[in-house]
Amino acid sequence: MKSELRLDIRQQRPFALNAALHCRAGELLALLGPSGCGKSTLLRMIAGLQHAESGTISLNGDTWFSDSVKLKPQQRRIGYVPQHYGLFPHMTALQNVAAALHGLPKQEQSALAREWLEKVQLGAFAQHKPAELSGGQQQRVALARALTAQPSILLLDEPFSALDSITRDGLYRVLAMLKPQLNIPMILVTHNLNEAQLLADKIAVMGQGCILQEGTPGDVVRQPLNRAVAGLIGVRNIFSGTIVRTSGARSVLAVGDQELELQRILPAGTTLHWCLPQEAIRLAASTGVPGSLAGNISHLVRLGEHWLVSVSLPGTSDILELQCPATIPLAIQQPVRLAVRTEQIHILEA
Amino acid sequence: MDWIALGLSLKLGLMTIIVLVPLALLAARWLAYRQFTGKPVIEALLAVPLVLPPTVVGYYLLVGLGSQSWLGQWLMQWTGHLLVFHFSGLLIASIIVNIPFAVQPIQRGFESIPQEVRDAAACCGMSPLRTLLTVELPLAWPGIVTAMVLTFAHTLGEFGVVLMVGGSLPGETKTIAISIYDRVQALDFEAAGSMSLMLLLFSVIVLALANSLSKRFGRRGNYHEI
Repeated sequence: MKSELRLDIRQQRPFALNAALHCRAGELLALLGPSGCGKSTLLRMIAGLQHAESGTISLNGDTWFSDSVKLKPQQRRIGYVPQHYGLFPHMTALQNVAAALHGLPKQEQSALAREWLEKVQLGAFAQHKPAELSGGQQQRVALARALTAQPSILLLDEPFSALDSITRDGLYRVLAMLKPQLNIPMILVTHNLNEAQLLADKIAVMGQGCILQEGTPGDVVRQPLNRAVAGLIGVRNIFSGTIVRTSGARSVLAVGDQELELQRILPAGTTLHWCLPQEAIRLAASTGVPGSLAGNISHLVRLGEHWLVSVSLPGTSDILELQCPATIPLAIQQPVRLAVRTEQIHILEA
Repeated sequence: MDWIALGLSLKLGLMTIIVLVPLALLAARWLAYRQFTGKPVIEALLAVPLVLPPTVVGYYLLVGLGSQSWLGQWLMQWTGHLLVFHFSGLLIASIIVNIPFAVQPIQRGFESIPQEVRDAAACCGMSPLRTLLTVELPLAWPGIVTAMVLTFAHTLGEFGVVLMVGGSLPGETKTIAISIYDRVQALDFEAAGSMSLMLLLFSVIVLALANSLSKRFGRRGNYHEI
């Protein structure tokens, strides 16, 4: 039978936490949010390393936590990879992995642990102590240790954050390779949107102890629910505006002194927050065509082969940001025309 | 050379370790991992023997365990003898003055184990006892060795509290430190000198051994820095 994690917890102290989520077997859920938002605490609560004030946590219908039940981590069968891996420094890689199998006969422990070290491509390092392994290798030992005892859930607490980008890419590959074989819920805590997009089937964006939005990576990135989510996932072009009139199946949105046509009907006078991905804006040859704006370059930074251009628009303090190839000659204060793909304008909830 | 006194000192040192270190392990682990109000007060109380003159500790033990006190009388009924001026009284005194020397290094040892390592042990399904035996004790080992060495060395060198509680009964309470003092009082500098030299060499050897042991265990506990 397929397992599913269901969680609905509340607490006020030491900080407010109010979250409900579920994660199916074979699904990787990324808890995405800034440090201090409560995502690691939530993971520790799933592991049973700390308890919420109230609520329920259950896996496959078995209650792990409720007002009357508080299972210890030892009773939950979890695979847990903490941020700095939590390896036992006095044991070899093999002994570390075998430590999760302490109920089995010694020979079986050793054989299974070796098999998992092979799976994470560390067979040759079985007799090395953690101090003799690189950060990425330590992480893989921790992953093998977490998975070797056939856990009912895999919990990963920012396991890639302390690694350089090449090592990280290699480990993404290891995890992505193992993922289809693991028919259990997997929860990854991260503050890295790119990582969540690469690995997760579902993202839950957390801020200030609450889950702000849950959805597929694509949905969350293209259609952030509100300003808070848009800010947390790094959307730069967030604006406030007013619908000035409607014409046919379209509404006209005031952007400072200029106007953009929205392909949906909203009543005139509506004030709203909206956002726009950087890819939906480009430098254009002429103004006057529908979906174009004029402005002046207020800030210009060269990032590798691209310009990061900030454009101030007349009649508003809002700044529009876009990227364009560094081969285009640009200068601060230069007037520019922008073509906006208005169909990509996303209206945020208040 | 007063071999009887030396033997008594060694016996007192070993007995102190045997009784005190297991108790110190429990107390140190509790202090290292539990946060509660009043913890600083308890830590201060356990450290008091560090700053108090040994004679003060000796005085209170003498009064508390002597024939005039209810505790002393009760113990006399129970054991058939007074604890003061007896090896058992000396042992109790030695345990009390050594509490900070045993508890503090072990507490630091436990505190040096990252929370993540203990969390990982629990998530590996290890019981608290199994975690203690296979993870915590091996990692806190340098602290435990230091505690044993400090306790032993301090017991050999203890003078004030031994004199107060034990007096100087040969074979019962006359330790080597007291014996040296007695020899000097009797102007027998030759005997005092040879015993002092023995004690000095012995202390240096034990400390050096403990240091190298502790370093060996400490090295294998190092983390890879990232």
